Amino acid sequence: MSALQAVLSVLCGIGILWLAVLIVRDLRPGNSALALLAVIEVGLVVQLVIGLVRVFGNHTGVSVAVYVAYLVGALLVLPIGVVWSSAERNRNGTAVLLIAVLVVPVLFLRLHDLWSAHV
Amino acid sequence: MSDQVSSRATGRGFGRVLVFVYGILAFAASGRATFELTTKFTDAPFPYSLSILAAVIYVVATWAIATSRRTIAVAAVGFELTGVLAVGLSSLVWTSKFPQASVWSDFGSGYGWVPLVLPVVGLWWLLRGSEARTGG
Repeated sequence: MSALQAVLSVLCGIGILWLAVLIVRDLRPGNSALALLAVIEVGLVVQLVIGLVRVFGNHTGVSVAVYVAYLVGALLVLPIGVVWSSAERNRNGTAVLLIAVLVVPVLFLRLHDLWSAHV
Repeated sequence: MSDQVSSRATGRGFGRVLVFVYGILAFAASGRATFELTTKFTDAPFPYSLSILAAVIYVVATWAIATSRRTIAVAAVGFELTGVLAVGLSSLVWTSKFPQASVWSDFGSGYGWVPLVLPVVGLWWLLRGSEARTGG
Protein backbone atom coordinates (compact mmCIF):
# COMPACT_ATOMS: atom_id res chain seq x y z
CA MET A 1 0.00 0.00 0.00
CA SER A 2 1.33 3.42 -0.90
CA ALA A 3 2.09 6.07 1.71
CA LEU A 4 -0.85 8.11 0.43
CA GLN A 5 -3.22 5.16 0.84
CA ALA A 6 -1.87 4.52 4.35
CA VAL A 7 -2.46 8.15 5.37
CA LEU A 8 -5.91 8.14 3.80
CA SER A 9 -6.77 4.86 5.55
CA VAL A 10 -5.87 6.43 8.90
CA LEU A 11 -8.05 9.44 8.05
CA CYS A 12 -10.87 7.06 7.07
CA GLY A 13 -10.43 5.24 10.39
CA ILE A 14 -10.76 8.56 12.24
CA GLY A 15 -13.81 9.38 10.12
CA ILE A 16 -15.43 6.00 10.85
CA LEU A 17 -14.94 6.41 14.63
CA TRP A 18 -16.13 10.01 14.49
CA LEU A 19 -19.31 9.13 12.59
CA ALA A 20 -19.94 6.13 14.87
CA VAL A 21 -19.77 8.43 17.91
CA LEU A 22 -22.18 10.85 16.19
CA ILE A 23 -24.60 7.98 15.51
CA VAL A 24 -24.45 6.74 19.11
CA ARG A 25 -24.96 10.26 20.49
CA ASP A 26 -27.64 10.99 17.85
CA LEU A 27 -25.82 14.07 16.54
CA ARG A 28 -25.52 15.29 12.94
CA PRO A 29 -22.09 15.67 11.33
CA GLY A 30 -20.92 19.28 11.47
CA ASN A 31 -18.61 21.22 9.17
CA SER A 32 -15.47 19.74 10.73
CA ALA A 33 -16.58 16.17 10.03
CA LEU A 34 -17.51 17.10 6.45
CA ALA A 35 -14.14 18.88 6.11
CA LEU A 36 -12.42 15.59 7.00
CA LEU A 37 -14.38 13.86 4.23
CA ALA A 38 -13.35 16.65 1.84
CA VAL A 39 -9.68 16.14 2.75
CA ILE A 40 -10.04 12.39 2.10
CA GLU A 41 -11.69 13.14 -1.24
CA VAL A 42 -8.82 15.45 -2.27
CA GLY A 43 -6.45 12.61 -1.38
CA LEU A 44 -8.50 10.27 -3.58
CA VAL A 45 -8.18 12.67 -6.52
CA VAL A 46 -4.39 12.64 -6.02
CA GLN A 47 -4.54 8.84 -5.83
CA LEU A 48 -6.44 8.73 -9.13
CA VAL A 49 -3.75 10.81 -10.84
CA ILE A 50 -0.91 8.72 -9.36
CA GLY A 51 -2.77 5.50 -10.16
CA LEU A 52 -3.42 6.51 -13.78
CA VAL A 53 0.24 7.41 -14.26
CA ARG A 54 1.26 4.06 -12.76
CA VAL A 55 -1.20 1.91 -14.67
CA PHE A 56 -0.50 3.51 -18.04
CA GLY A 57 3.20 3.57 -17.33
CA ASN A 58 5.28 0.54 -16.51
CA HIS A 59 2.56 -1.96 -15.63
CA THR A 60 3.18 -5.63 -16.14
CA GLY A 61 -0.09 -7.43 -16.68
CA VAL A 62 -2.31 -5.34 -14.42
CA SER A 63 -5.81 -5.21 -15.93
CA VAL A 64 -6.05 -1.51 -16.77
CA ALA A 65 -9.86 -1.46 -16.96
CA VAL A 66 -10.33 -3.07 -13.54
CA TYR A 67 -7.66 -0.92 -11.89
CA VAL A 68 -9.10 2.29 -13.29
CA ALA A 69 -12.63 1.16 -12.31
CA TYR A 70 -11.51 0.81 -8.69
CA LEU A 71 -9.72 4.19 -8.77
CA VAL A 72 -12.83 5.91 -10.14
CA GLY A 73 -15.11 3.97 -7.78
CA ALA A 74 -13.05 5.17 -4.81
CA LEU A 75 -13.43 8.71 -6.09
CA LEU A 76 -17.24 8.45 -6.43
CA VAL A 77 -18.28 6.72 -3.22
CA LEU A 78 -17.90 9.70 -0.85
CA PRO A 79 -19.71 12.30 -3.02
CA ILE A 80 -22.55 9.86 -3.71
CA GLY A 81 -22.73 9.05 0.02
CA VAL A 82 -22.90 12.75 0.94
CA VAL A 83 -25.69 13.41 -1.59
CA TRP A 84 -27.59 10.25 -0.65
CA SER A 85 -27.36 11.00 3.10
CA SER A 86 -28.39 14.64 2.73
CA ALA A 87 -32.09 13.76 2.41
CA GLU A 88 -31.99 11.89 5.73
CA ARG A 89 -30.89 14.24 8.49
CA ASN A 90 -30.85 11.68 11.26
CA ARG A 91 -28.85 8.64 12.37
CA ASN A 92 -29.59 6.84 9.10
CA GLY A 93 -28.06 9.63 7.04
CA THR A 94 -24.94 9.54 9.23
CA ALA A 95 -24.83 5.74 8.81
CA VAL A 96 -24.78 6.19 5.02
CA LEU A 97 -21.73 8.45 5.40
CA LEU A 98 -20.07 5.90 7.72
CA ILE A 99 -20.53 3.12 5.16
CA ALA A 100 -19.18 5.35 2.38
CA VAL A 101 -16.03 6.08 4.42
CA LEU A 102 -15.75 2.35 5.27
CA VAL A 103 -15.76 1.40 1.58
CA VAL A 104 -12.72 3.59 0.75
CA PRO A 105 -10.06 1.50 2.62
CA VAL A 106 -11.69 -1.68 1.28
CA LEU A 107 -11.12 -0.34 -2.24
CA PHE A 108 -7.50 0.45 -1.25
CA LEU A 109 -7.01 -3.20 -0.29
CA ARG A 110 -8.45 -4.35 -3.61
CA LEU A 111 -6.24 -1.87 -5.51
CA HIS A 112 -3.25 -3.13 -3.56
CA ASP A 113 -4.15 -6.76 -4.31
CA LEU A 114 -4.66 -6.03 -8.00
CA TRP A 115 -1.29 -4.34 -8.20
CA SER A 116 0.77 -6.78 -6.15
CA ALA A 117 -0.77 -9.86 -7.81
CA HIS A 118 0.62 -8.90 -11.20
CA VAL A 119 3.91 -7.14 -10.55
CA MET B 1 -50.31 -4.52 -6.79
CA SER B 2 -51.97 -2.24 -4.29
CA ASP B 3 -49.13 -2.52 -1.77
CA GLN B 4 -46.88 -0.68 -4.17
CA VAL B 5 -48.81 2.51 -3.77
CA SER B 6 -50.26 2.20 -0.29
CA SER B 7 -47.29 0.97 1.74
CA ARG B 8 -44.87 3.10 3.67
CA ALA B 9 -41.75 4.04 1.72
CA THR B 10 -39.16 1.26 1.97
CA GLY B 11 -36.37 3.58 0.83
CA ARG B 12 -36.66 6.05 3.70
CA GLY B 13 -35.17 5.99 7.17
CA PHE B 14 -33.08 2.88 7.66
CA GLY B 15 -34.12 1.94 4.13
CA ARG B 16 -31.85 4.70 2.87
CA VAL B 17 -28.87 2.93 4.47
CA LEU B 18 -30.04 -0.36 2.96
CA VAL B 19 -30.38 1.14 -0.52
CA PHE B 20 -26.87 2.60 -0.25
CA VAL B 21 -25.34 -0.77 0.68
CA TYR B 22 -27.34 -2.55 -2.03
CA GLY B 23 -26.27 0.11 -4.51
CA ILE B 24 -22.59 -0.48 -3.69
CA LEU B 25 -23.04 -4.25 -4.09
CA ALA B 26 -25.00 -3.77 -7.32
CA PHE B 27 -22.19 -1.61 -8.65
CA ALA B 28 -19.49 -4.08 -7.54
CA ALA B 29 -21.34 -7.16 -8.81
CA SER B 30 -22.18 -5.52 -12.16
CA GLY B 31 -18.59 -4.45 -12.65
CA ARG B 32 -17.34 -7.91 -11.80
CA ALA B 33 -19.88 -9.62 -14.07
CA THR B 34 -19.10 -7.27 -16.97
CA PHE B 35 -15.39 -7.92 -16.58
CA GLU B 36 -15.81 -11.70 -16.37
CA LEU B 37 -18.25 -11.77 -19.28
CA THR B 38 -16.06 -9.72 -21.60
CA THR B 39 -12.66 -11.22 -20.77
CA LYS B 40 -12.86 -14.81 -19.58
CA PHE B 41 -16.40 -16.12 -19.64
CA THR B 42 -15.50 -19.42 -21.37
CA ASP B 43 -12.99 -20.28 -18.63
CA ALA B 44 -15.74 -21.03 -16.15
CA PRO B 45 -19.21 -20.36 -17.61
CA PHE B 46 -21.13 -21.67 -14.60
CA PRO B 47 -19.77 -19.50 -11.76
CA TYR B 48 -19.57 -16.52 -14.11
CA SER B 49 -23.23 -16.98 -15.05
CA LEU B 50 -23.99 -16.90 -11.33
CA SER B 51 -22.07 -13.63 -11.09
CA ILE B 52 -24.30 -12.15 -13.79
CA LEU B 53 -27.42 -13.44 -12.03
CA ALA B 54 -26.23 -11.98 -8.71
CA ALA B 55 -25.54 -8.63 -10.36
CA VAL B 56 -29.06 -8.52 -11.83
CA ILE B 57 -30.60 -9.42 -8.46
CA TYR B 58 -28.66 -6.67 -6.66
CA VAL B 59 -29.68 -4.09 -9.25
CA VAL B 60 -33.35 -5.13 -9.00
CA ALA B 61 -33.25 -5.15 -5.17
CA THR B 62 -31.65 -1.70 -5.05
CA TRP B 63 -34.24 -0.26 -7.43
CA ALA B 64 -37.22 -1.95 -5.76
CA ILE B 65 -36.28 -0.91 -2.21
CA ALA B 66 -35.48 2.64 -3.32
CA THR B 67 -38.82 3.02 -5.09
CA SER B 68 -40.93 1.20 -2.46
CA ARG B 69 -41.90 -1.72 -4.71
CA ARG B 70 -42.22 -3.98 -1.71
CA THR B 71 -43.36 -7.17 -3.45
CA ILE B 72 -40.55 -7.09 -5.98
CA ALA B 73 -38.09 -6.14 -3.23
CA VAL B 74 -39.10 -9.10 -1.03
CA ALA B 75 -38.85 -11.43 -4.03
CA ALA B 76 -35.41 -10.14 -5.02
CA VAL B 77 -34.03 -10.16 -1.47
CA GLY B 78 -35.55 -13.60 -0.78
CA PHE B 79 -34.00 -14.94 -3.99
CA GLU B 80 -30.72 -13.37 -2.95
CA LEU B 81 -30.77 -15.16 0.43
CA THR B 82 -31.60 -18.46 -1.26
CA GLY B 83 -28.87 -17.88 -3.81
CA VAL B 84 -26.13 -17.04 -1.34
CA LEU B 85 -27.04 -20.06 0.81
CA ALA B 86 -27.31 -22.47 -2.15
CA VAL B 87 -24.18 -21.26 -3.92
CA GLY B 88 -22.28 -20.98 -0.64
CA LEU B 89 -23.10 -24.55 0.26
CA SER B 90 -22.52 -25.86 -3.26
CA SER B 91 -19.14 -24.16 -3.52
CA LEU B 92 -18.04 -26.00 -0.38
CA VAL B 93 -19.43 -29.38 -1.42
CA TRP B 94 -18.71 -29.40 -5.17
CA THR B 95 -15.46 -27.48 -5.32
CA SER B 96 -14.77 -28.76 -8.87
CA LYS B 97 -17.87 -26.96 -10.17
CA PHE B 98 -16.50 -23.70 -8.82
CA PRO B 99 -12.92 -23.43 -10.08
CA GLN B 100 -13.37 -19.67 -10.08
CA ALA B 101 -15.10 -17.78 -7.31
CA SER B 102 -18.43 -16.08 -7.86
CA VAL B 103 -19.92 -13.29 -5.73
CA TRP B 104 -21.85 -15.83 -3.65
CA SER B 105 -19.12 -18.47 -3.33
CA ASP B 106 -18.26 -19.42 0.27
CA PHE B 107 -21.33 -17.47 1.44
CA GLY B 108 -19.91 -14.21 0.11
CA SER B 109 -16.79 -14.31 2.26
CA GLY B 110 -14.88 -12.51 -0.52
CA TYR B 111 -17.13 -9.52 0.15
CA GLY B 112 -16.75 -9.56 3.92
CA TRP B 113 -19.84 -11.79 4.36
CA VAL B 114 -21.97 -8.80 3.38
CA PRO B 115 -23.87 -10.86 0.75
CA LEU B 116 -24.97 -13.25 3.52
CA VAL B 117 -25.91 -10.66 6.15
CA LEU B 118 -27.54 -8.15 3.82
CA PRO B 119 -30.56 -10.23 2.66
CA VAL B 120 -31.38 -11.13 6.28
CA VAL B 121 -31.33 -7.47 7.27
CA GLY B 122 -33.23 -6.62 4.07
CA LEU B 123 -36.02 -9.12 4.74
CA TRP B 124 -36.26 -7.92 8.34
CA TRP B 125 -36.66 -4.34 7.15
CA LEU B 126 -39.16 -5.12 4.39
CA LEU B 127 -41.35 -7.48 6.43
CA ARG B 128 -41.18 -5.41 9.60
CA GLY B 129 -42.52 -2.48 7.59
CA SER B 130 -45.45 -4.50 6.28
CA GLU B 131 -46.33 -5.76 9.78
CA ALA B 132 -46.41 -2.20 11.05
CA ARG B 133 -48.75 -1.35 8.17
CA THR B 134 -51.27 -4.13 8.68
CA GLY B 135 -50.94 -4.28 12.47
CA GLY B 136 -51.54 -0.55 12.80
